[in-house]
Amino acid sequence: MENGRFLVSSSPHIRSGESTQRIMMDVAIALLPALFSGIWFFGLRALMMTIVAVVFAVASEVVMQKVMKRPVTVKDFSAVVTGMLIAFNVPSTLPLWMVAIGAIFAIVIVKQCFGGVGHNFINPALAARAMLLASWPVDMTAWVTPGVDAVTTATPLALIKGTEAVNVVLPNVMDLFVGNVGGCIGETSALALLIGGLYLLYRKVISYRIPVIYIATVGVFAFMFSGFDLSYVPYHVFAGGLFLGAIFMATDYSSSPMTAKGQIIFAIGCGFLTSVIRFFGGYPEGVSYSILLMNIATPLIDRFTLPRKFGEVKKSA
Amino acid sequence: MKKLTFKGGTHPPHSKKATEKLALEKANAPKTVVIPMQQHIGAPCDPIVAVGDEVKVGQKIGEAKGFVSVPVHSSVSGKVTAIEPRMYSGGTKVTCVVIESDMQDTIHESVTSKGSLEALSADDIKNIIKEAGIVGMGGAAFPTHVKLAPPPEKNVDTVILNGAECEPYLTADHRLMLENPEDVVLGLQAFMKVLNVSKGYIGIEDNKVDAIEVMQKAAQGKAGIEVVVLHAKYPQGAEKQLINACTGREVPSGGLPADAGVVVNNVGTAAAVAKAIKTGMPLVERIVTITGAGINNPKNLLVKIGTNFREVVDQCGGFKGNPQKIIAGGPMMGIAQFHIDIPVIKGTSGILVLSEEEARLPESSNCIRCGKCVDVCPINLMPAGLSAHALLDNYDQAEGLHAMDCIECGSCSFVCPAKRPLVESIRLAKREILAKRRKAQAK
Repeated sequence: MENGRFLVSSSPHIRSGESTQRIMMDVAIALLPALFSGIWFFGLRALMMTIVAVVFAVASEVVMQKVMKRPVTVKDFSAVVTGMLIAFNVPSTLPLWMVAIGAIFAIVIVKQCFGGVGHNFINPALAARAMLLASWPVDMTAWVTPGVDAVTTATPLALIKGTEAVNVVLPNVMDLFVGNVGGCIGETSALALLIGGLYLLYRKVISYRIPVIYIATVGVFAFMFSGFDLSYVPYHVFAGGLFLGAIFMATDYSSSPMTAKGQIIFAIGCGFLTSVIRFFGGYPEGVSYSILLMNIATPLIDRFTLPRKFGEVKKSA
Repeated sequence: MKKLTFKGGTHPPHSKKATEKLALEKANAPKTVVIPMQQHIGAPCDPIVAVGDEVKVGQKIGEAKGFVSVPVHSSVSGKVTAIEPRMYSGGTKVTCVVIESDMQDTIHESVTSKGSLEALSADDIKNIIKEAGIVGMGGAAFPTHVKLAPPPEKNVDTVILNGAECEPYLTADHRLMLENPEDVVLGLQAFMKVLNVSKGYIGIEDNKVDAIEVMQKAAQGKAGIEVVVLHAKYPQGAEKQLINACTGREVPSGGLPADAGVVVNNVGTAAAVAKAIKTGMPLVERIVTITGAGINNPKNLLVKIGTNFREVVDQCGGFKGNPQKIIAGGPMMGIAQFHIDIPVIKGTSGILVLSEEEARLPESSNCIRCGKCVDVCPINLMPAGLSAHALLDNYDQAEGLHAMDCIECGSCSFVCPAKRPLVESIRLAKREILAKRRKAQAK
């Protein structure tokens, strides 16, 4: 280059070491504790289902991008995360082919048809869960107790709601926190999800805003809607998909607001809708629908929460 | 020690280790200098010498045209050999006076001490600053005397000296503060006298602890002058962010620092003013940090204006490896140069040479809406949204999202994990919006 021409580009001339791939890998790493707890409580089938979901998610992304003649971007790990989240959002007894269909639906319809990573207007994994629940409601609610002698059971939230006439006693709060209860593969262990969430906070992948405010809002509304009965609060906070949803799915970048103020509104909205569905709706669980509903409101929230620009002259009233 | 700062911002690696401990050295005298008639923001100068003329150090060779303009002086003694358009670091050709040095460095008769600060009136000082061709030394090179003449209705009550040097790699201001603190303080006193204010701050980032100590010592007993310790965070040295950190005031959108009652100058500018008052020598040399992975022996050099980049680089042991990028200024806001045969000018704070690896342009991918750009934007804009509009040529929408408030610090592009061209596209939108406004005005 001594006598040649040098490279010219617009500043800045240095970039941080962050990358989409690094962020998505961090999310995948943060999901590992929940995967281990899923395997511990529901057996190797949980692992099998996760593998199937990831393989089909990644494969359908490659195929779809080839068909659409777009650059293949599976190296960014986002399809891996989607695959893991789909498996985490279904019961451990779900037939593998249904898991595969969920993964294909999430990637092909929800993600790639709308422009790929960053352009999905709702969380692909949750959309897949909603689709599966609408299509195969019986299989999607076939809960079993953790352990080798898995028997049919109900989720703690269904027990509270009394929608299912199963002769099971309500589990204690400790089992609930650790995840030794019926439910989807990745959602039952609040502890494992919390560990993953702390890792994401430490890596600055997510901010505390959405998970903390979401969970706190659910706690507050559970207290209010249950007629100010504190004993309901731990069940509503630790049971069901709240931790999984609040830490890993409501924080999905593409479908949540970008501004701090917007994220707070989004989280409160999620918490409120979750409680309304749980207490007054037809379903025992409301995390996935509440997040999906707030996903749709995200562009609106972003528009109305533009940050006050530096030096903006206050309009005199 | 209380540390002040602003909201937002980011933390690029400082990369100052290579030169921060290296004392200033005088660069070798150049055989030829190429002095552009435009080194400042504003109207270019008219050359007032002709080919064949003999000139001396400090002699005026370009006369300012208009108020927003400053004269240009010769940095060597010798003979004018050409007056012609040449490339300079602004990326275009400008009229340059080429002088062959006689290596005598004979000083021009006009260069004499202007006496003590006490004996000079505010107007005298302003005139000395203008005639010495002094401009902002931080890089933008805005004529200093214009900053010192705010409209009377603006109640300016504070002068801030910018010693933040938040650009990575650069250590020119750092070394100046360490080695010449008295001149910095004298320059600040001159500014305070011109503006008739009693409050003067010197803002320094906390990654320059030694400079903070030295400046505090130099400022001791000087009425109204205070050293402000700032968090090392980019862009701490941006005018509006510096004012906000030191005084808590916000420059209104679209306004000037004077609207917040403040005038900001670089520490290098203050030292140049002190020199012009003490010795009468106009701005004919400056400190340049020559650094980066593509330089064998990084240095802080005192370089005569008009010296070829190549000569300066050769004094630093030449290129290391196969460098791909040369930047005039720092890595965040400096301007990439496509060849090296250009002169050092008044605004050249650094020559940064990046290796092949560092210069490689990142491939950009989809925005993942992570919001990091929103978090770091010191002006609280939405860089991702702005940039999306700009890339679709939707300049009206970009304007609605306050594109014109962008200070182009580049924090958004720096943090973007998808490596999107955020500030690059906003910069483009700003140019288009300005062009449209001018067109509308012309009608």
